[in-house]
Parts: sequence; C-alpha cells; structure tokens
Amino acid sequence: MITWLATLGRAGLASAARLGRANLLMLAMWGGLPAMLRRPRLLLDQMFSVGVLTVLIIAVSGVFVGMVLGLQGYYILSRFGAEATLGVMVAASLVRELGPVVTALLFAGRAGSALAAEIGLMKSTEQLSGLEMMAVNPQHRVLTPRLVAGILSMPLLAAMFTTLGVYGGWFVGVGLLGVDDGTYWAQMQSQIDWHEDVLNGVIKSVVFGVVCTWIAIFQGYDCVPTSEGVSRATTRTVVHSSLAVLGLDFVLTALMFN
Amino acid sequence: MSPNPATTDILVRIRGLRFNRGSKVIFDGVDLDIPRGGVTAIMGPSGTGKTTLLKLIGGQLRPDAGTIEVDGLNVHALSTRDLYRLRIRMGMLFQSGALLTDLSVFDNVAYPLREHTRLNPSMIRKLVLLKLEAVGLRGAHHLMPAQLSGGMARRVAMARAIALDPMMIMYDEPFTGQDPISMGVLVRLIRRLNDAADISSIVVSHDVKETLSIADLAYVISDGRVIEAGSPHKLNASENPSTRQFIDGLPDGPVAFHYGAPALDADLFEDAP
Amino acid sequence: MSKTTQLEILVGAFMAAGFVALFFLAMQVSNLGTVNSGDAYRITARFDNIGGLKAKAPVTLAGVEVGRVLDIYFDSKDFRAVAVLGIYSQYNQIPDDTFAKILTAGLLGEQYVGLDPGGSESVLKEGSEIAVTQSALVLEEVIGQFIYGKAQEGAN
Repeated sequence: MITWLATLGRAGLASAARLGRANLLMLAMWGGLPAMLRRPRLLLDQMFSVGVLTVLIIAVSGVFVGMVLGLQGYYILSRFGAEATLGVMVAASLVRELGPVVTALLFAGRAGSALAAEIGLMKSTEQLSGLEMMAVNPQHRVLTPRLVAGILSMPLLAAMFTTLGVYGGWFVGVGLLGVDDGTYWAQMQSQIDWHEDVLNGVIKSVVFGVVCTWIAIFQGYDCVPTSEGVSRATTRTVVHSSLAVLGLDFVLTALMFN
Repeated sequence: MSPNPATTDILVRIRGLRFNRGSKVIFDGVDLDIPRGGVTAIMGPSGTGKTTLLKLIGGQLRPDAGTIEVDGLNVHALSTRDLYRLRIRMGMLFQSGALLTDLSVFDNVAYPLREHTRLNPSMIRKLVLLKLEAVGLRGAHHLMPAQLSGGMARRVAMARAIALDPMMIMYDEPFTGQDPISMGVLVRLIRRLNDAADISSIVVSHDVKETLSIADLAYVISDGRVIEAGSPHKLNASENPSTRQFIDGLPDGPVAFHYGAPALDADLFEDAP
Repeated sequence: MSKTTQLEILVGAFMAAGFVALFFLAMQVSNLGTVNSGDAYRITARFDNIGGLKAKAPVTLAGVEVGRVLDIYFDSKDFRAVAVLGIYSQYNQIPDDTFAKILTAGLLGEQYVGLDPGGSESVLKEGSEIAVTQSALVLEEVIGQFIYGKAQEGAN
C-alpha cells in the first residue's frame, strides 16, 4: 500500500516536472523567433517536411471522409425527405469538427511522429550537443522553425481537408445519388456562417497545430537518448497528441458554440 | 575578459570538482590542470565520467561543487552570451562525430563558418576545402554523412572542429571502434593538428597505448578521483595498482572483475524470494 | 541550387493551395460570398408570434431570396416581436403595402419570411415598416384548434 502510494507520488511528481520542462521549452522556442525570421530558409525547409509531405495523406483522407459523409448523409436525410440539406450536413460536419480534428490526428501520425523521431535521433547521435558546442543554440536553431512550420501548416492542411471533403460529398451526393447541384451549394451557403463556422474551425486547427507540434518537439527533445527512448517518444507523441486534440476539441466546441 | 596572467600557461583549471548523477557520485573532488599547447590525455575505465568531464568543461553540464576555469574564465559563472563566445574558441569532437545528417560533408564543415563569421561564399569554400585537406578528405566534400565510414565521419568532425581555429579541441573517445589503420590515422592527425595549428588538445580515451603515444601529459581517473598524473613515461612506470591494472589491462585488481554481489553460494542456495 | 528552387516552389504551392482552400471555404461554402449587408436597406415588420424565425433567415419574394433577417427583438410596448429585414438594394421597387408572413420550408424545415407584394404606387425604403403581417404557424396551436373544433362538433 505504501509502495503503491509512493509510486503514485513519484509518477505525479515526474509528470509535473515534465509539464514544467515542456513549458520552459515552449518559452525557449519563442525566444528563437527573431533569429528565425532573419533566416527564412530554416522555416522553408521545415514547411516542406512538416507541411508539403503531409498533403497527400490529408488530401486522400479528405476526399474519402467527404464521400462517406455524402453517402451516409444521403441515406439518413432521404428518410425525412431532406436530401436537399445534404450540402449543409457535409459542410457543417467538416468545417466545424471533422476538418480540424481528423487533420490534427493525421498530422500527429504523419508529421508529429516524424518530428519526434528526428529530434530524438538528433539528440541520441549528439547532434544537438554538437550544435551547442559550436555555440549554436539548438532550441532556437532546430526547434523553433519546426514549431512555427507546424503552427502554420495545420490550418492550411485543415482547409484543404475540408475543401476536398466538401467536393467528395458533392461527388457522391450530386454526381452519383442525384441531389441537385444548385441545391447542394445554395443550402450550404445559406446555412454555413463564415464567422461562426469557418473561422472557429480555423481557430481550432491553429490551436491543434500548436499543441500537436509542441508535444512532438517536446517528446523528441526530452527523450532518453537511446533507440528505445526514441521509439517511446514517437509512440507517446501520437498517443498524447490524439488525446489532447480530442479533449481540447470538446473544450473548444463548448466555448465556441455554447 | 583578459585572461589572468597567472594562469596563462594553464588553459583549463579544475578545482574541487564534484558532480552527481542522481544518487551516483561521478566526480568526488577532482583537481586537474590542462596546460596550453600540448596533448593532454584523460584516461580511465568505462563509466568513470570522462565524457561528463568534457561536457562540464564545455559548460553543457553544471557541477555540484567546485570550479572550472577555461582560459581564465569560470565557465559556470558566465552569462549565456559569454559562454557561447567561449565555445566558439572550443572545438569538441563527439564519439559519434555528431555530424548534422541532413547536410553534406562540405556544409557540415562550413556550418560554424556560416554561423559565426560573415565571410563570403568563395572564402568559405576555400577555408572548408583547406580544413578538409588537413584531414585528408577534400575529395569527399560532396558526400552525405550516412555515406561515410566511422573513421571518416570523425575526421570530418575534426575538420569542422578546427574550422574556426579554436584554442582547444576536446576529443571524446576518438579511437573507439576503429580498425588499426584508421586508428593510426586519427592518432597522427590529433598530434599533427595540435602542433600545426597551435591548438591545445584534450583526449579522453580508454585506449591506453594509442593515447599515451601522443600525449604530453596524462591523467588517470578512477572512482571519481584523479589517481595518477604525469608524463606517459611516468605512467608506464607507475607502481599504483589501479594504474597498473588499467594500463596493463588486467581483468582483476582494484577494479574488481565481479560487480558487487553477495557471496555466490549464498546467492545460489537462497530460496527464491 | 535547383534543389533549393524546387523546394521553394513546392512550399509555395503548398501555401497557395492552403489559402485557396481557405478562400473556397469563405466564398463557396459559407455565407461570406452571399451576404453583403452593406448593399441592403432595412425595413421592419411586426409579428404577433415569430415562431422559430431566427436572424439570418432568408426573406423571399415569389420564392426568390431578396434579403435576410438581420435582427429580431421584442417591443415591450405592444408585446409584439419586431423583425428587422435587410433587403438587397437592387430590389428597390417593392410596394409599401406588401404583406409579410412567416413560412416554413417543408413540414419541419427552417422558417423564413415570405413577402406578398401589394399594389401601392409608393415603394419600401430604408426605415419603412410593413403594416400587414401574418404570424408563424405554430403547430401546437393548429392542432389544439383542430381538436377543439372537433370537440365542438361532437357536442352539437
């Protein structure tokens, strides 16, 4: 019983310490912002590996999620004779929830795990120490561009996901199931609000971008510098990011849509 | 910032160094002087914290007690900015080379130059090729680190370490895992760079023969203390049993073959808990 | 050098695609492309009961959308609901004796305001008020009346 309590206490203290380190790291990374802006090339490289390389999986998933929404939505709505509102259903679920959330989950799996593994390997092969001894701050040089690239990429990826999803739903609903083309778009436009739906979705994905990238970078930077440590960091990145995204999504939705 | 005149012939002065990792004592009152201009070897069995010592000198770790002065500056009392300025004058060669894997050999060597100088590209190119020539790898400048053998990666890392013409280079286990030929190359290279560029070198190693063949001064560390210091000649003639065991590579001695354990028969015939 | 250019192009294309998608969401998916409240004049209409009418619901004339409900508030003097309607400025020839009623799209759909034009010479302008209105059909009331009517029939 006592050992059990002691274990629990130790784990609690370790978690608190980790949280503290994560926050300090975040502060340190923001400190690297001015230096990074003087060297946009560093950001460019990271935009490529974080953003461009994630586009494919986002695009494919977006189209298929939209198609499934179109199909399911059609069958449910047609029971009530409300096929005309298919566009609204597809767009509302994508813009508000599925776009930001699924993009963030895919981002954590594709870009987040890669970030954590890369930084963890740089740590375990002493590249970060090497930079430090070359009088280069690795937090500023290595981590800050990755953080900024993640935050910039996420809303753009989510917008792509949503757009392609709307077209996926359009393809199934209008192209295959015979919903009227004009109705699909007109209903969507009359019901989806720019400010309330679209902008809130974008805000969500920016928040997810910060959280997912932060978790990935922290796990990589804080990992035990062995191959086992790196693999654990990668796993943790995906698990923690996914949980954080789903939890935050609930909080944000409650705040935004009352 | 000007070095204390009394310390000019001593580059690194360590006094009363104490360092713990968790509950494990790594250093327990180490005093060390590293003179300018020579090759100083720091030797000891694995796990005695030799790499830790280099990280302490480089300011990457903080001692629990004691001071480390490099060129008259107390490393751990410096501001971050001054510490970084000091590090520009230090080179460090990591065990793995620590090359940036996403940059070519050329870009790796050019990295500190691009970072800390405002030289134009053609000047940087000349300097990089000269540094690579010094380690015999000018022809490999277009390769990526993954294409290099371990010995070549270390030589590239050496070229990078001397890119800014530092006052000292710290070598962390430069000979580990090398075949005899590349070991010979590295041994000669360390001595040659030291003498040609008037650099002070600190070599941390447990390869006794190779290290002693180029060292001017050697320290043997064991159990968190300096147990022997002097010229290689003096070390080879040492009567200290710990030093003897280390230099001669005896399996048993003051450093026991067996990790601390209860008596064998007690362990074997005890009922499982 | 060409590798750098390639990278720049790819990242540029990525950013561009992202912003095009955002623009698409704004203009094609949401109402940002359709609502231009700057080019609308405001009229008011008083209803006894607005039912489920909400701000941003469409205002139609002969089935064509001619405006949006901008605001709904309660007038505590006459205990009626006031709907502020924004009519797009190109529809500036609507007679001022036009009849406004709250309709439902389908049986369970959204409620909207339908206008029935009158025959007056003068037209609705900024600040005009529609005099004749018909309230929303509240299903419970209709059913209640129906049952009451049946009960009366049975009694007679």
